[in-house]
Formats: sequence, C-alpha cells, structure tokens
Amino acid sequence: MKRADDFEVRRQHIANLTDEELYARFWELTDQVVDPLLELGKKNTTPSVERSVLLRMGVSSLDCMPIVNHCMDHGLMGKGCGHCVYKLSKLENISIREASIKLAKGEGWDKVVAAFKEGK
Amino acid sequence: MTDVLKRNEKLDVVNILKDLDKYEPRRRGWTWREKAEDQHLGQFEFHEISKSLTNSVPLPPAKFMENIDPQPMQTITTEIASGRFEDDIRRMRMGAWHGADHLMVIRHMGQSHIDGLMEGTPQGIGGVPITRKQLRAQRKAIDMIEDEVGRPINYHSYVSGVAGPDVAVLFAEEGVNGAHQDPQYNVLYRDVNCVRSFVDACESKKVMAWADMLQIDGAHNANATAREAWKVQPELIVQHAINSRFSEKVGIKPENISLSTVPPTATPAPCMYLDLPYAVALREICDKYKMRAQMNTKYIQSSAREATVTHVMNMFISKLTSADIQSTITPDEGRNVPWHIYNIEACDTAKQTLIGLDGLMDMVELKKDGPLRENARELKERALLFMEEIVENGGYFKAVQDGFFVDSAKYPERNGDGIARKIEGGVGYGFIFERDEDYMAPVTAHYGYNNVEQYGGDPKDPAALIGGCTFEDRSKIVYIDELDEDDCVDRRLEKVAKYRTGDVVTPEVEWCGDRVVMLTMMLPVNKRVAEAAAVELGKKLGLVDPEVISAEVMQDAEGTRIELKGRVDFDIDLTTLEIPPEPHYLSDKELYDEFEGHEHMKVVCGTVGEDEHSVGMREIINIKHGGIEKWGIECIYLGTSVPVEKMVDACIEENAQAILASTIISHDNVHYKNMKRIHELAVEKGIRDDIIICAGGTQVIPEEAVKTGIDMGFGRNSHGIDVATFLAEERQRRRGEK
Repeated sequence: MKRADDFEVRRQHIANLTDEELYARFWELTDQVVDPLLELGKKNTTPSVERSVLLRMGVSSLDCMPIVNHCMDHGLMGKGCGHCVYKLSKLENISIREASIKLAKGEGWDKVVAAFKEGK
Repeated sequence: MTDVLKRNEKLDVVNILKDLDKYEPRRRGWTWREKAEDQHLGQFEFHEISKSLTNSVPLPPAKFMENIDPQPMQTITTEIASGRFEDDIRRMRMGAWHGADHLMVIRHMGQSHIDGLMEGTPQGIGGVPITRKQLRAQRKAIDMIEDEVGRPINYHSYVSGVAGPDVAVLFAEEGVNGAHQDPQYNVLYRDVNCVRSFVDACESKKVMAWADMLQIDGAHNANATAREAWKVQPELIVQHAINSRFSEKVGIKPENISLSTVPPTATPAPCMYLDLPYAVALREICDKYKMRAQMNTKYIQSSAREATVTHVMNMFISKLTSADIQSTITPDEGRNVPWHIYNIEACDTAKQTLIGLDGLMDMVELKKDGPLRENARELKERALLFMEEIVENGGYFKAVQDGFFVDSAKYPERNGDGIARKIEGGVGYGFIFERDEDYMAPVTAHYGYNNVEQYGGDPKDPAALIGGCTFEDRSKIVYIDELDEDDCVDRRLEKVAKYRTGDVVTPEVEWCGDRVVMLTMMLPVNKRVAEAAAVELGKKLGLVDPEVISAEVMQDAEGTRIELKGRVDFDIDLTTLEIPPEPHYLSDKELYDEFEGHEHMKVVCGTVGEDEHSVGMREIINIKHGGIEKWGIECIYLGTSVPVEKMVDACIEENAQAILASTIISHDNVHYKNMKRIHELAVEKGIRDDIIICAGGTQVIPEEAVKTGIDMGFGRNSHGIDVATFLAEERQRRRGEK
C-alpha cells in the first residue's frame, strides 16, 4: 500500500492528549495487539514446544524429534508428546527415559493410542 | 571450581574440555554491575563508576595516572563468534580484561532453521553452532575468567528460529544469563510462520522467566533492514512495545526486559538532531524496561575509524538519555572480519567514552522545550497511530500480512515496500496443534493450558508428577558429547597443537594458527589501481591470498589508503628466538650514590638541528617528570634548534661531562647525521674520550644511534631513569669498575 503522509489529519483525535494520556493510550493499544497472541500460546502447541517439554523430562535431544514425528503421525499432538511418554511409562511401569527411548524407536505407540482412546 | 587462571599463563582450552559431562553452572540469571561505594580512584573523584576489577588492562594513558582503570556503570557487551568456540574462549578472556561483562555468541548461520538442538562441536559459519557441549565449555571458561577479573560475566546467545523453546530450555539448564528473544524477528527476517513464532515465543519466554534471564529484543533489525533507516523510528517504538509487553505478560519481569535500541541515523546526516528526540521518546514510552544501547551498524563501511566515531556518537546519546547495557558491535562489521583486536578496540572505545563522560549529566540537561520535545512528541504520536492502525486493521498477523512492517516511509506515510508474510505460510506453517482437554506436559515453566490434575498433579508444580524435571534435577539432563568424529573440536585442536607448546608462534586474527596479518599503506594512485597494486604487493611480500579489505580515497589521483589482509606461510620458532634483555635500571640509591655521593655530573642538553620540539628533552631532564635532575645531575638546557657545533662548544665551556641531544625530526635520516656530527666535532676538539654523548627521540633506534659513533641512543618511551642508569654505568665502566 502506498499512502502520502497524512499525519496531520490522523493525529487530530490525539493532538490534545497530555503526554500521560498518550502513554496510557499507547499501552492500551499495545495490550489489544498482544492479548490475542498470548491466547494462541495458551491453546496451542508446536513441535518445538513439545520438544522443549521432552527435554525437560530428561529425554535425549536426539530422541525428541522422532518422538514428536511419531506423535504427529498418530494424531496425538493435542495430548502432548510429554504426555505420551508419561503415559507409556505408567502403562509399562518403566522410567520416563526408558519410555522415551522406546517411543523414539517407534515402539509402544499402539499402546499409547489405545490408552488415550479408552480414556485410561 | 578449582581451576585458577594465572595472569601470565594462557588459558588451557584442552583442560576446559575435560569432564564437561559433570560441569554444573554456578548460577542462573542476569547480574548488573554494582556502583562503587568509593568514587575516588587515583587522584580523581568520579560520579558514576562501578566497582573496579581485580585484573584488567587499563586505557593507554592510565600509565600517567597511577594505572587506574575506572569501570563505567553500564554493562559492556562484546559479540564473539568466530565459528570456533575454542578460539573464542581466549578472546573472551581478552574482552573481560578490557571491561566486557556481557559476552554474546552469535549462532551459526542457518541454525535458526534447524528443527531441534544441535549437538557436538562442529565448526560454524558466520557464528558458532550453539550446543550443550559448546555452552558448557564456554560457561566453564567464563567462570574462571570472571574469578580472574573479579566481576560476574553475563553469557548470552539467541532464542529464536524454529527451535526457540528447545534452545531456551538448553540455556536455562546451562547457565546462560541473557538471550535475544523476539518473535517479530523470526517472522520478518527468518520467514518463520507468524503463528508458530508467537506460540513458540510464549514457551521460550516462560522458560527464560524461570531462568531469570535478561531478554533483549530484535527491533533494531528494522533499522538495519529499512531502506532509509531514519524513517522507521515510529515503527521501532511499536516493535519494541509489542515484544516487551508480550514478554511481560508471559511472565518476564520488566527489569529483565531490555530493548535493543539503535540510534537509527549516522553521519553525514545530522544524526544527533534526528536520533536524540527518538531516544528520548523511546525511553519515555518504554520507561518500565531496560535499555541496551546498540550501535548503528547499518551505515558502517570498512573504515574502523569511521565506525569508531559512530560508536562514540551513539554512546553520547546513551549518556544524554540512558543505557543499561552498552553494545560494542565490532567496528569491523563493515568488512565482516570478526577479529580479536576489533572486539578489544570496541570494548576500549566504550570504556573510554563512558568514563570520559562520567558526571556529564550533573552539568548539562536536555532542554524541556524546542525541537527536542516537539520531535519526541511527534514520534510518540506517530507510533501510537501505527499501533492504532494495527488494531483497526485486524490485529498483528493481519498487519504483518499486509506489509505494515519495515516499510521505508515514515509512518503514516507508506511506500508499499514493507516485508509481508502470509499468516498461512513460512517455515513451520502447518505445525500448530490445538491442545485437547487432556493435554498435559509434566514440566516446570510450561506456558498455557496444562491438565496435570487428571493424574492428581498440582498445577503449581506440574513437574512433581515425574519427580521433578531437569530444572529441579540436573541429573536428568542427557549430555551428548560429539556426533561427528571429524567435524569436532578435538580434531581442530590436534591440527594446531604445536602452537600450544609455546615453541612456535604465528599471527592470529581469529583462529589459532590462522596466520593472518593486515598491512596498512598509502599508494599514490587511484583506487582501482591501488587495489590491484596492493594485492600484487602482498604477493611479492609472500602473503598467501592477499585481499584488500578497505580502500579509502585520499584524493582521486593522488592516492588511496589501503588495508590489505593475507596469510604468512611460516611460523616463528620461539626456541631459537633471540629476545633482547628487559631494560634494567639502577635503584634510586645507586643513582644517588653515583651522582651525589661519588662525583657530581654536569650535562649539556638541547634539541639539535632545526627542530622546535622540546617536550621529550624536558621529560628526560625535568625532576617533575622523573627526569635525571632527580638524582642530582646538573642539566644545562640549551633550548631547541641548537646547532650541533653549539652543543659541543657549550660542553667545553661548561666543563660538562656529557651531551644529551634530542632529535625528533628523522626526515632523510637527519637525526643520525646530527649524532654523527656531534661525535666528529667532539673528536676534532679533542674531548671525545672525556665526555659521554647520548641522543634520543621517537624515531631513534639505539643500535643505529651507536653506529654513528655516539655512546647511546634512546628511542620512544625512554625515560629519565634509562638515561641516568646509562650515564652512571658508563662512568663506572670508564673508571674501570664494571
């Protein structure tokens, strides 16, 4: 979009604001811009968010990517990759690390899928 | 940590790499400098200096001021990332000694598009591959360096790209104290999908908040990218505000949110007139946050001098307004050669300027009316209108899609050349997943919806479900050493092992054994010819791959200033190198004994030839400057432009025992010719054996001076003590005592 400088016209409604009022108005608008972005983050997840969860659970960085890929293939991203690892560790009574190694190899996913389906 | 660095010993990189699997960082979070309780240093009263270092390299003139090394309040940043982190470690030590306490590592080119963490220690291009091993090695070294200099050092890199959250976790685990994090940067410059970028940023910032890291934004890139940087000021304010507010709402405390702000303009524009109102407006709008004063890099060319002046003027703005962190982008950015010396120069430039301006604002203040206030107000209004239009147009993503950002016109004018990114497009598009009702992540510092209650977990401590995550229990971190046997630090170190023995040395600009040197010259021809001739000159000197890195016109026909780099193809063998002995001085007592106790000495002195320089000679003789009068030597000062004949005649008339001739002008070797003439005259007049003849000056090489027949020459940096010691010992020799 090309547009000439219409600053003098545009500013009419803020021309009489004090510096303090201008400040308040600016940050009010900023809040309106960033609030929807914060909501997106609350409701959604991504492969990198999930990898970061797995890392914190003590999963090797080399296993994070395959786990996330398997998780996407099985349509389980909405549950959380860390959740899947946690699930398998509970189902098989093995450690988080052991569960992560299995899942990274592609093992155990059927069990995890079934457990989520059955609501276990 | 038991490893202690010793001032005169090189940092042992091989030792740093040992036992990294067991290394634990000593602290989390950012550290600011502390104001010195006592603002006195040497003979001066300062007004805003921070605590001094226990080890440092002071500015060059400090030798005249009791070697004081006052440190400004601002944290000083230096960016070190040559591609080989093991060599950067040594540069970090040099930087810290010159006052840097914020060491920033730029990432390997392309790392922001790698989906996941990199591991091992591959060599980088344009930066360093950030990996756990690399971070541990550098953090471990920095721990030792901060102990050595006596001030905490903040270690910093980048949380961006498509693996932002992964990297944030890595940084939190490995004691990284600060990071760039700004989703707008990903969107605009890395074409990472905008939704993905902001969802990731929520998680990254949450992790950074937990780790108490200082966050720096990326808004200054709009300045570097826009066609006419002075026009993007309203947008810069908008970008700073969006990231800062967004970060604060995720949970980062305002004092850990730092704007990366650049004075947008550079000379020959009237940059202060344009940039100062902007700096004032930005600081007033973003008054809750910290200011990291970045320097303008957009307009830097290849002249280090020009870049340094820009740096200084940028710091003047820092001083007139405020800066919590002072950046020192290396002045060589214009020619893209990140060399050791330029990091150090830039740190010194920052220290020199900020200390030089100590207390300035106690004496001057910014005007409260006139163009400064009017222009600042206008910029604020333009920024507000920009933000207003983002809201009216349908929000941030829509604004990005419609090319609102990095438009080259000054808002609200539009040139239609902004960077537009599609909401449904870019790297990582299609990889955003809505969380189900039973979504769960049993970890600390996770942003957003997290249903741990389904397993009886505590929402305040989700990681308790698994007995704590890596943030509570480091033993859960999986350390990976190397993935590539060939592309790793051990192989690189093997290739340059000989340089660590101390037996050989070769020049180094960035990497151990790189053998690069730079030559500066003036070639009296036009630029094109000079560039070609300089390369040929480099070849004739035996340089490998000579390359012109800077050419500045002196006058189109009369000449060009050239800086040429190239590699030498040899080492210097230190085992056979002859190193001249350190100069030795007699003690005060020995000198008093000689000149007061043993025998009085009278000397005639003056600057010979047609030469009006007098400072050097006065320094040598004057008692106030530690000159030879101090030990009782009687000096007959004849002045400047003294004919050599007069020197010798005066020596005879005064019955003096020595002639001290100062000779600064060296054109056509006139200084050596004058020495020879004094010697010959003394011989002719039959006094040569009875007197000592010395000459000194900045261009005097002692060995060459002696060849003219005189007894001793004194070069640059000679002092009264050198001359007094020589006179005493020469007399003792002549008496047969030595």
